[in-house]
Amino acid sequence: MSVIIILLIASIAVAALFLAAFIWSVRDGQYKDEIAPAVRILFDDKPSEQIKEVEEAKLT
Amino acid sequence: MQVEKFYYDNQTVKNFAYATILWGVVGMTLGLLIAVQIYLPAANFGLPLTTFGRVRPVHTNAVIFAFVGNGIFMGVYYSLQRLCKARMFNDALSKIHFWGWQLIIVAAALTLLTGHTTGKEYAELEWPIDIAITLVWVIFGINMFGTILKRREQHLYVAIWFYIATWVTVAMLHIVNSFEIPVSFLKSYSWYAGVQDALVQWWYGHNAVAFFLTTPYLGIMYYFLPKAANRPVYSYRLSIIHFWALIFIYIWAGPHHLLYTALPDWAQSLGTVFSIMLIAPSWGGMLNGLFTLRGAWDKVREDPILKFMVVAITCYGMATFEGPMLSLKNVNAITHFTDWTIAHVHIGALGWNGFLTFAILYWIIPKIFNTPLYSKKLATTHFWVGTIGIVLYAVPMYWAGFTQAMMWKQFTEEGILKYQFLETVTHIIPMYVTRSLGGLIYLVGVFIMVYNLVKTVKSGKLAANEAAEAPALSDVVETHGKQYWHKWIEKRPIQMLVFSLVLVAIGGLLELVPTFLIKSNIPTIVSVKPYTPLELQGRDIYIREGCYLCHSQMVRPFRDEVARYGEYSKAGEFVYDHPFQWGSKRTGPDLARIGGKYPDSWHYNHMLEAQSMSPGSIMPSYAWMLDDAIDTASTPAKIRAMKILGVPYPDGYDKQANADLMTQANSIRINLKIDKINTAANKEIIAMIAYLQRVGSDIKLQPASEKK
Repeated sequence: MSVIIILLIASIAVAALFLAAFIWSVRDGQYKDEIAPAVRILFDDKPSEQIKEVEEAKLT
Repeated sequence: MQVEKFYYDNQTVKNFAYATILWGVVGMTLGLLIAVQIYLPAANFGLPLTTFGRVRPVHTNAVIFAFVGNGIFMGVYYSLQRLCKARMFNDALSKIHFWGWQLIIVAAALTLLTGHTTGKEYAELEWPIDIAITLVWVIFGINMFGTILKRREQHLYVAIWFYIATWVTVAMLHIVNSFEIPVSFLKSYSWYAGVQDALVQWWYGHNAVAFFLTTPYLGIMYYFLPKAANRPVYSYRLSIIHFWALIFIYIWAGPHHLLYTALPDWAQSLGTVFSIMLIAPSWGGMLNGLFTLRGAWDKVREDPILKFMVVAITCYGMATFEGPMLSLKNVNAITHFTDWTIAHVHIGALGWNGFLTFAILYWIIPKIFNTPLYSKKLATTHFWVGTIGIVLYAVPMYWAGFTQAMMWKQFTEEGILKYQFLETVTHIIPMYVTRSLGGLIYLVGVFIMVYNLVKTVKSGKLAANEAAEAPALSDVVETHGKQYWHKWIEKRPIQMLVFSLVLVAIGGLLELVPTFLIKSNIPTIVSVKPYTPLELQGRDIYIREGCYLCHSQMVRPFRDEVARYGEYSKAGEFVYDHPFQWGSKRTGPDLARIGGKYPDSWHYNHMLEAQSMSPGSIMPSYAWMLDDAIDTASTPAKIRAMKILGVPYPDGYDKQANADLMTQANSIRINLKIDKINTAANKEIIAMIAYLQRVGSDIKLQPASEKK
């Protein structure tokens, strides 16, 4: 079952990478604001807004 | 702060969207074909190219890597640009990524149909294509990380984390599972053997589901669901917690695909424990998705896109509840090797991946073509047709799986098996017919979508480069005490590249480790010997025709299986099996103890026309094996490759191998002649018979004193 060693090395390497990313993201203040990011993505750039207006105009 | 003007690349998004639709239609049509072949052997058309064993891997690969794969890229290329407020890193890389992936798909379809396969489920592609996949994946990675680095939005939205996890983990899985030694341009042997190969394969297989079919689609869900509902995700905090929990737990659950096999018990238990733990993060994602629509169910009533998403997320929840349940040993004892597995994966594929892809197509195409969707009504029709399709597909398969498992395990009062294997198959044929009907209905829905989208595209004009504005990310970021190393690296693409190369080198280093593995391939059962050259050729034909897709080679230690097939399988029996052929589904009976069970002539007639030996059998004809000659030119190279992998053939045996092959072939030819079958000794059927007569027979030669 020596293949388990390879799987462990690979899995732990990836897990370590993710752990580093997690620590980075916390220290970077990525999660300081839990409200704005969720709302921010809803604001589209201008051209898309126009489409929406057209859509709404068609609906009404 | 200076506001910068830039353009989103919609051209690549459009290309990936078209590819998603095209390969979706191809993959699902092939699925329908093989669903029909199961109850109508004539639908195999008697040609190697169109026979179940060749078409089935094309179906699975097309749906997973072509349909869902292009769906991932479509979703990532659309959302990543907007989340980062930046155009994709490099247009040339986007082009290479797109065309490279399509080329891989075409090469995959052609090689699989012509029988070039590694024989490992969902990793069937041969080594040159494996290398191409690695290269294109790296290009995708550079393009993605490049975009993240030049982003104009400091915060990385949760979807981006899902994309990063996908890229990193799929790269690792693909590399580790694809260690193989090339024999020729389109033939290789898995580096690992038997139990080890099985463990690596299902570690890969399980995580391919996790990181190819789940995490990217969760990321996509976190972008497109709030957009489509026009409201923020229910809990951003939950999305982050469930992301980190999911990726840390998922990777350890692989062994649950090998419960009750020859895999060591502790590894099986580990897989089960982690699988149960997975319910929490999986349901975190599902609930977060559904709760996002709280108070907006009136929108769901009207909007077909949200309808698709609700069913997709519900299917995700059902599949991720069912998965851990199937990982319980007592449940797995019933469901494994039956159609239950097929039902389970199709809840995921048709419901979660399929419906989410349709929702995104309906959302993206009108957006990038600057026009409303041609017909909302048709989209709603597609939704209902598709949903009925899923129900008609899944319910009969659950029913078939459960029924067949129960029949397999029935004994009469006298203590003998109540049903022949074939009886359990013919009993569930009505379920197979209903399933194909469900698949057909689902496919009709897809064609309704194609019509709707074609009409939409025709009424609009592609905004290939969509203008956008955003302030540049200021160089002076608010720091908390000290400046971290990543700030330094984020602004230096060259250093970042070096850093990436170091990571890739670690991958290369891993490549060296398998050489150590060979030492552990020492047989633990003395009577287990390497395959003879003829048997090895026969085994390669077995792999080429995809026999493992319907026949397992793994007798589990249950009363009914031992009574039906023979002694249960031991780990030591598979030490020369590059690749392992345990299989995952018993559409036909297990073959682990087929060796010596029937005379040579039985196999000959059975391959020509299975129904002549077992009336009512659904196995297709393999008549071409009776006419085609064994490719003896490849024998020396195969023996040499096996020797490198540690199979103890004597030195210089590659030169003698073909002589031995002919001697053994002649003895089978004479055997057949006694039964009044005249054939030449160099035909493929001879090699096939040699292999089948060998499978699982070594253990019978074991001296009684050595038996435990």
